[in-house]
Amino acid sequence: MTAGLRWRKLVSGFMLTLTGVCAVVAVSVLFFILGYLVYHGGTSINWAFFTKLPVTVGDIGGGMANAIVGSAKLLLLASLIGVPIGFFGGIYMAEFSNSSIAFVVRFAADLLNGVPSIVIGIFAYTLAVLPFKHFSTWAGAMALGIMMIPITIRSTEEFLHGVPRALREASMALGASKWRTIAAVVVPAAYRGIMTAILLALARVAGETAPLLFTALGNRYWSPGWNQPTASLPAMIYYYALSPYEDWHRQAWAAGLVLLALILIVNIFARAILSRGGTVLR
Amino acid sequence: MHASVRQAVSVNINPTTMATGREVAAPESMRMSINKVNFFYGQKQTLFDINMGVTANKVTALIGPSGCGKSTLLRTLNRMHETVRGARLQGEILLDGKDILSQDVTLLRRRVGMVFQRPNPFPKSIFDNVAYGLRVNGSKIPIADAVEKSLRHAALWDEVKDHLHKSAYELSGGQQQRLCIARGLAVEPEVLLLDEPCSALDPISTAKIEELLVQLKDLCTITIVTHNMQQAARVSDYTSFLLMGQLVEFSPTPQMFTTPSDPRTEAYITGRFG
Repeated sequence: MTAGLRWRKLVSGFMLTLTGVCAVVAVSVLFFILGYLVYHGGTSINWAFFTKLPVTVGDIGGGMANAIVGSAKLLLLASLIGVPIGFFGGIYMAEFSNSSIAFVVRFAADLLNGVPSIVIGIFAYTLAVLPFKHFSTWAGAMALGIMMIPITIRSTEEFLHGVPRALREASMALGASKWRTIAAVVVPAAYRGIMTAILLALARVAGETAPLLFTALGNRYWSPGWNQPTASLPAMIYYYALSPYEDWHRQAWAAGLVLLALILIVNIFARAILSRGGTVLR
Repeated sequence: MHASVRQAVSVNINPTTMATGREVAAPESMRMSINKVNFFYGQKQTLFDINMGVTANKVTALIGPSGCGKSTLLRTLNRMHETVRGARLQGEILLDGKDILSQDVTLLRRRVGMVFQRPNPFPKSIFDNVAYGLRVNGSKIPIADAVEKSLRHAALWDEVKDHLHKSAYELSGGQQQRLCIARGLAVEPEVLLLDEPCSALDPISTAKIEELLVQLKDLCTITIVTHNMQQAARVSDYTSFLLMGQLVEFSPTPQMFTTPSDPRTEAYITGRFG
């Protein structure tokens, strides 16, 4: 074997090891976090965690029922804000706008996607907290809803572009108007992809903490209404992890595990929708 | 060159409704006429001064090499060219004597249906595919009956009658194309345009569709684009030969394939180019 060939084999082996190690590190970080959460949080998860309110400082036990319900309320309301705006905006971009308008909207959506979540929190605080002089579920949902818009709008556009032109033409050739074609043929054909993207957007904002600190704030009791502050899982983790009490740390771990499990389930569900019968987007 | 084109047209076109517009008692009537049509994609002109007619209840074939403008010409007949940005049409196209360009495009496309090159069923059930045009047009007739009728006309009924609610994607390519024909027939068009309907199909499916076209003549007028000259010879009554956006020759099919009047037509059909 010549020296040149030996050198090449050495380089090849080195690069293979390097890329392999990087891939393993990327995956193992997730499993490390998962394992750590299960180790610390798993023992603290019990029925009371899901059904009881937080107890007063010093007492042991209690749960985060209010935070779980609060997170659900926030996500529901955020979807009601973010999904329609993103969905219809995406339809406009894919089907109606000319290329320069689409370019501007796409660019703005990408920028909005990159805006730090804490800045979006302050924005919602200025708009929905300051004028009413109190924190509220509305304000928190607004912040999360804004964060859902760019993901929804971009993926709706992408999936609509993926629908073959032949399907649109078939519909138009039968005398269907453009709106009818979009509503009856194009959107149903892209429906699975769009649903998946919406679920992923939901999973992403489910774990956001920063925007909620200025808006929904937090609550140690049941939130009295949509107009009042509410507890949420991410905010609860934040407050509990910073507290000096051992029992609260234990519960923060448990909340982290529940939140992660929730996000994992939504992710798996989203991918299942996409992979089920992939005949539409060929 | 232009002179020979004109000559071929004026010699061979059925003269009953052309030019003079006077109705002479004739067994055959023009369903559509194309008068001095020029077509542009942006700055590029793709059709030059096309004059031809489409005879009622006959099959008219458009042949020519790739890029000669035959599909473009076909798509102007139900104004599908308007779905492409930058497309522009000059001239006059008449359907039963009325200009199609000044009509409501939705109503026009209901009267002039289209079947495309690749089978393009909707991602819906077989039944819903055929019913789509009826629902869009708010048809009053019972949908189930109309669906059955259309599937029978498209010679597909016996193959699908037991699973009408299965996805159209479970059908074979040839069945899908016949489904698309049934979908087009459901709204009872006067003219059916077919854009190379067999180019993505195997020989057996192709034979089925060719057979079908001949049967459908009683029901409607057919215009078919094909790159397959044997197919044009088998199914059509009239053939028009296009070359680089010009109409070279328009004749009854037997005449076109036996005694073409233009040397370029002869060169093309004997396989010397294209």
